Amino acid sequence: MRPSTDIASARAGTTPARFAHLGDRAWGWGLTILGGTILVVAGLILLELGRVASPAFDHIRILRFLTSSDWDPVQEKFGALPFIYGTLVTSIVAILVALPVSVGLALFLSEMGPRRLRPPVAFAIEVLAAIPSVIFGLWGLFVMVPWLREFLQPALQRTLGFLPFFRGPMIGLGFLAAGLILALMILPTIASVTIEVLKTVPPALKEGALALGATRWEAIRIAVLPYARPGILGATLLGLGRALGETMAVTMVIGNSPEISASLFAPGYSLPAVIANEFAEATGDVHIGALASLGLVLFGITLILNAVAQILIMTVARGPRGAKA
Amino acid sequence: MNPLRWRRFVNVFWTVASGTGVLVALVPLASLLWLVVSRGAPGLSASFFVSLPTPVGEPGGGVGNAIVGTFFMVGLASLMALPVGVGAGVYLAEKGDGPAGRVIRFTAEVLAGVPSIVIGIVAYGLIVTQMKRFSALAGGVALALIMIPSLARSTEDFIRLVPAALREASLALGVPGWKTSLRVIIPTALGGIVTAVLLAVARAAGETAPLLFTALNNQYWNTDPTQPTASLTVQIYNYAISPYEDWHSKAWTAALVLLLLVGLLNLMARLLSRNRMAGAQ
Repeated sequence: MRPSTDIASARAGTTPARFAHLGDRAWGWGLTILGGTILVVAGLILLELGRVASPAFDHIRILRFLTSSDWDPVQEKFGALPFIYGTLVTSIVAILVALPVSVGLALFLSEMGPRRLRPPVAFAIEVLAAIPSVIFGLWGLFVMVPWLREFLQPALQRTLGFLPFFRGPMIGLGFLAAGLILALMILPTIASVTIEVLKTVPPALKEGALALGATRWEAIRIAVLPYARPGILGATLLGLGRALGETMAVTMVIGNSPEISASLFAPGYSLPAVIANEFAEATGDVHIGALASLGLVLFGITLILNAVAQILIMTVARGPRGAKA
Repeated sequence: MNPLRWRRFVNVFWTVASGTGVLVALVPLASLLWLVVSRGAPGLSASFFVSLPTPVGEPGGGVGNAIVGTFFMVGLASLMALPVGVGAGVYLAEKGDGPAGRVIRFTAEVLAGVPSIVIGIVAYGLIVTQMKRFSALAGGVALALIMIPSLARSTEDFIRLVPAALREASLALGVPGWKTSLRVIIPTALGGIVTAVLLAVARAAGETAPLLFTALNNQYWNTDPTQPTASLTVQIYNYAISPYEDWHSKAWTAALVLLLLVGLLNLMARLLSRNRMAGAQ
């Protein structure tokens, strides 16, 4: 690469000191303004969301909004429970499936797997992370849903049918389909953050365990995982945040039916899905306001999750109190 | 079984278990990529890239207007997001070590996790309610708001890769701080910054949810920022949820086009960051 230092140094002597000072101040202020725009953007998001939602505030009683399942925009009845339920159930399924898989993946990539396999697997995870969500939805709708209907759901019903989760008609579309597609989509998030977290574990901890005669797995269990645990929790919360807000893929496979059912085979609905489906054809300001209020709920939840996740990941990077990394 | 052999067995068990995690992740990925290619490729033709969509049952037709719409809106979004996002990233890397910097970095991290459909509502409030109609501009604003926070963070990370020795050498030669930033640090990190930009653009090109009720859709060519505009992603969605076989196969072909576009951007980003940053480190 061409070193640029020569140009700068050639001119440096010609700049009088006080102008240099002025330049530094101007540069500092300019940058601070640019950095401050991030805060402006954050404020703008919050304000606009509140403004679009406000026409519905007179028509919404918070308690009814969160506990009623009666969603009838024409009558201005807004009960969001089925959407909240669907969002929670699909996200929980997603985490239950994605967490063990991605932690396994992260351990394989950073500790246990053969070195030669690591770069191609890491590349594949990057590819998975880069695929647009509408393509996940397309694949889910035409490939995964039929597979669920023909194979996985009958198999689950045969073996685990005594549980209420695996009963009822097997139509493919529903909570299970949405949860599984979400699992696939949040897997790269959890795996890559977990890998970053594992990197911050001081090698001396693991080496110490190995030197005392631990097997590779024992070293991971005794030395690596306890250290990395808050970070893995943070990674999981980031994945959860992504699952809660994911729109397209869920909308395409969840069935879009505002029902509450214990069975994962049943069709349902989610917060982002109802916003996506109804917003453009909303019946009026109050309906739009109610949908934006759903957005506000979603915004609040993801904000808290992300903040907690960031703090957890930072704690691992800093190391536990008293430990010298 | 003696204890040592048991411990070895447990070790092998968990190694295999973690390897299973890899398989569980890779099988759906392989299936997805293969099906997008195998179902999408038969519909590929020159006219698919340049024609307007046709009604159901009419042969031919393409997604030309949707491709133009995607490029147009991502272009608009980039015009708005690049100066702000990259600028904020430079701020975080150069001046971001104090409390203000920490607050801004934290805000950017948290904003990057806000669901894109929520950003769509914000752009609806900012633009659509003011102009009283859906428009490419609203779509562009939504995409820009999505790009800014992640662009700021990744720009910062790439600038921080520049070795401190370069800055110190420049300052030691009497070069003022602002000139060191502009003429030494930023040019050195340029490859990384371009990588960050390409990744942000790729992500914006693949967004659907925030466009549904900002840019809406359009059956015709449009490059007027005040009019509704088609996009590849919304077109894929509409084709996929339609009841027609004919449109389903068009959805797969459009998905292949989108995947190629996003893949190309990611590939360029990877190549750039590898070459440039290898030199800087």
